[in-house]
Amino acid sequence: MSIVTAVPPPETPGAEVEIRIGPARPMPGPMRFLGRALRTLWSNRKARIGLVILALFIFMAAFAPLIAPHSPTATTFEPYQNPSATNWFGTTGSGQDVFSQMIFGARISLLVGIAAGAMATLLAVTIGLIAGYRPGVIDEGLSFVTNLALVIPGLPLMFILAAYLQSRSVWTIVLVVAFTSWATGARVIRSQASTLRTREFVTSAVFSGEGLFRVVFREILPNMTSLVAGSFFSAATAAVMAEASLEFLGLGDPNTVSWGTILYFAQQQNSLLTGQWVLVFAPGLALALLAMSFTLVNFGVDALSNPRLREK
Amino acid sequence: MALMEAREVNVVYVPSSGQRIWSVRDVDLVLEQGEFVGLVGESGCGKSTLGYALTRMLRPPARLEKGVIRFDGVDIGTLGGEELRRQRRNGFALVLQSGMNALNPVRNVEHHFGDILKAHARAGERYPAAAVRRRGAELLGKVGLDAAVLGRFPHELSGGMRQRVSIALALTLEPRMIIFDEPTTALDVIVQKAVIKTIKDLQGENGFTAILISHDLGVVLEATDRVMVMYAGRVVEDQPSKDLVGGLHHPYTEALLRCYADPRADEIHLEGIPGTPPDLSLPQRGCSFAPRCPLVQEICRQVDPPLAPMGHGVAACHVRAPSAAVAREG
Amino acid sequence: MRSSVDQASTVPPLVVSGVSKVYTVRGRGKGKVTAVDDVSFTIAPGAAVSLVGASGSGKSTLARMITGSERPTSGSIRFGDLAVEGLHAGGLRKYHSRVQMIFQDPYAALNPLHTVAYTVMRPCQNFLGMSGAQANERVHDLLETVGLTPPTQFVGKLPHQLSGGQRQRVVIARALACDPELIVADEPVSMLDVSLRADVLGLLANLRAKRGLSLLYITHDLLGARVVSDEILVLNQGKVVEQGSTKQVLQHPKHQYTVQLLDAVATPFAVAGTGPTR
Repeated sequence: MSIVTAVPPPETPGAEVEIRIGPARPMPGPMRFLGRALRTLWSNRKARIGLVILALFIFMAAFAPLIAPHSPTATTFEPYQNPSATNWFGTTGSGQDVFSQMIFGARISLLVGIAAGAMATLLAVTIGLIAGYRPGVIDEGLSFVTNLALVIPGLPLMFILAAYLQSRSVWTIVLVVAFTSWATGARVIRSQASTLRTREFVTSAVFSGEGLFRVVFREILPNMTSLVAGSFFSAATAAVMAEASLEFLGLGDPNTVSWGTILYFAQQQNSLLTGQWVLVFAPGLALALLAMSFTLVNFGVDALSNPRLREK
Repeated sequence: MALMEAREVNVVYVPSSGQRIWSVRDVDLVLEQGEFVGLVGESGCGKSTLGYALTRMLRPPARLEKGVIRFDGVDIGTLGGEELRRQRRNGFALVLQSGMNALNPVRNVEHHFGDILKAHARAGERYPAAAVRRRGAELLGKVGLDAAVLGRFPHELSGGMRQRVSIALALTLEPRMIIFDEPTTALDVIVQKAVIKTIKDLQGENGFTAILISHDLGVVLEATDRVMVMYAGRVVEDQPSKDLVGGLHHPYTEALLRCYADPRADEIHLEGIPGTPPDLSLPQRGCSFAPRCPLVQEICRQVDPPLAPMGHGVAACHVRAPSAAVAREG
Repeated sequence: MRSSVDQASTVPPLVVSGVSKVYTVRGRGKGKVTAVDDVSFTIAPGAAVSLVGASGSGKSTLARMITGSERPTSGSIRFGDLAVEGLHAGGLRKYHSRVQMIFQDPYAALNPLHTVAYTVMRPCQNFLGMSGAQANERVHDLLETVGLTPPTQFVGKLPHQLSGGQRQRVVIARALACDPELIVADEPVSMLDVSLRADVLGLLANLRAKRGLSLLYITHDLLGARVVSDEILVLNQGKVVEQGSTKQVLQHPKHQYTVQLLDAVATPFAVAGTGPTR
């Protein structure tokens, strides 16, 4: 706690709440907690923008068949067309409507981003919590593995794995991304868990007879939710970019339509040379916006955990 | 002219959600040069907030809502930026609660001194390493520390030593007033006594005006000449320290004194104060201590008692120090 | 609930014999730090003993060894027939149902996300095998016992809605939940305002008398030690420098360190020079 830059310290810690003893609120269930979290996020300007953009993309992905004017894979159009009335973003070299591809592409990017992000976070939480709570051999071992994973460059490893694996489905990509990006989160979570482990309420829980699982999952983890959420959004951002990179390099599933594949084909067909800059600009901008929306929401999550960052 | 004159100081704490809390309410304070005053009270009484307000160290969401603060005749309430910084040179200084928090953990003690000297150097003044070391050693000597401490880092020092370093740092710019905010609370009980003695000796030798803020009545009575008791954001009693133990006092002061006892006595009678301090987010009506006061009268619940003469000082109590002004109105 | 009458026969004494704790310091300034040096004492059934000393005196380390959180480097700690230093997971858990701890910082000892009811209920469910409804009833009883009345007003509260004194009472209620035989109180009032201390100390003394449990009171505050305990041990740098009846030791200290401690307790009365008698 930095005394000089903050509100004058209470005479005893928490004294500012000594003054007010308000009405009791019922113990927040998970839904109510989510509601409260969303409301706090909404009150943060940056997070609000992020949430709006994210909501737009989710809407786009969910209702893709209704929004997109044409099928993304149908090769019914004149190839290499510039934006026109029928094809708002023009057509690809195979005569597919780019606009529809963009709309449907949101599905893959969101799916991989969220799924890989969630899986990476799950791995990070599991490893981080165990390492943080059990000092000694277990911690040393898991930290070693984490450090190893951190040292190995993620993207090249991803390329190697993707190239090596036989199947090329979206789920392969999700797994590959998840297994190469859990380490950063694990480090942070381990560090926080390790700090919380020495807190008196954890010792108190042990004295109350709580077993290992309850202490870790009911005492420590709930006090780390914003850290885990932050970790998730960071992982999701990285996952979105990683997925696009894999697709762009042709290591993805050639049959799916995603923003990355649009870029891949744009590259193959020299779209910039043929003057079809929309094929590069649109997916690029979409990827940037999606990644940015995750990052913006992350600002809000930071404010959740550190009340001093909350805006007035 | 008094060195520090504060009138009607009101500090409000405005959280982003929830009620505003009036943590300091209508406090008047006059300090002469060389006085050593103690500010004592329990959690939430506003003593630290007042200390911060007087040295212009308040940060949002706390702010000085109302009141004039004059330091040596200069209205420091309205000063900002560079002018305020200049006041800190040869003006006033603040020693914080925990030495560890006030010191930069990745810099050694010498660097801290250098930082202050260079930041407040007047035009033409230079502070090469040797000059910093010389001044640093001199100041450390004043607080009873060896010059070798200059090379140490905060984590290498004990709590008492860190606090002494904080005090030495506060002395660097030769302030005319120093406010000590709970300087001994985080310290070991034996070290506490030594640090308080150091502070008292320093004040005696250098003659700076000092305010000692503490929740520990014993510490305050031992070190200071004059003590102000705060409750719920107000000053409820202001007496010379030596007068505080015997005689009649504000009911809160008396209740506070009953919470202490000598562990060596044959029979120990220890009391607490029933009830809780008032919720300062609500407007206060009448005397804030009324709900817990054994001497409460009807007027106490209606009219907030002003500070009126009692003994060698003043107290805010309708019963112990009835005010002529209130009597006239009522 | 035990009463103090049949108490003497059921609560075993706690015998600490020649206990030492030595830490090896790695890194710069390698060496050994002796936190506790050959300490021996006994807590008779139903007695209250204070361990006083400044920070670094080893009293907290000793407390942790007695509650099983740490193992002594040498010496033994016996709770009746039970060898505390040899306890592991399962045995330790059972030990916690008999020896409980009250913590120093009321703001850190309660999980900010759990209600009062949850915190106090868990030991009832874990150690006493109570069902939800039974545990709930017990929670109400416990809150009444510690003075948080009416209990219904407090069961649903979260820690930040309570004052420091109230939180500490919740901590005490939690410690009492499993009906312990010995309570180790580590500076339970040092972080509370002075006006709240008498109540909490009174509560501890009361509980001891009514339930006949033994109390180990750890503090640097000699006044608290005097009020709560019959016997006192003064620790300095891990060694016991003086011990005896509390009143005797405080009125007639023999060791220089005890004199220093007494001297450092600057009470308004000592300052006024009114002497030891009020």
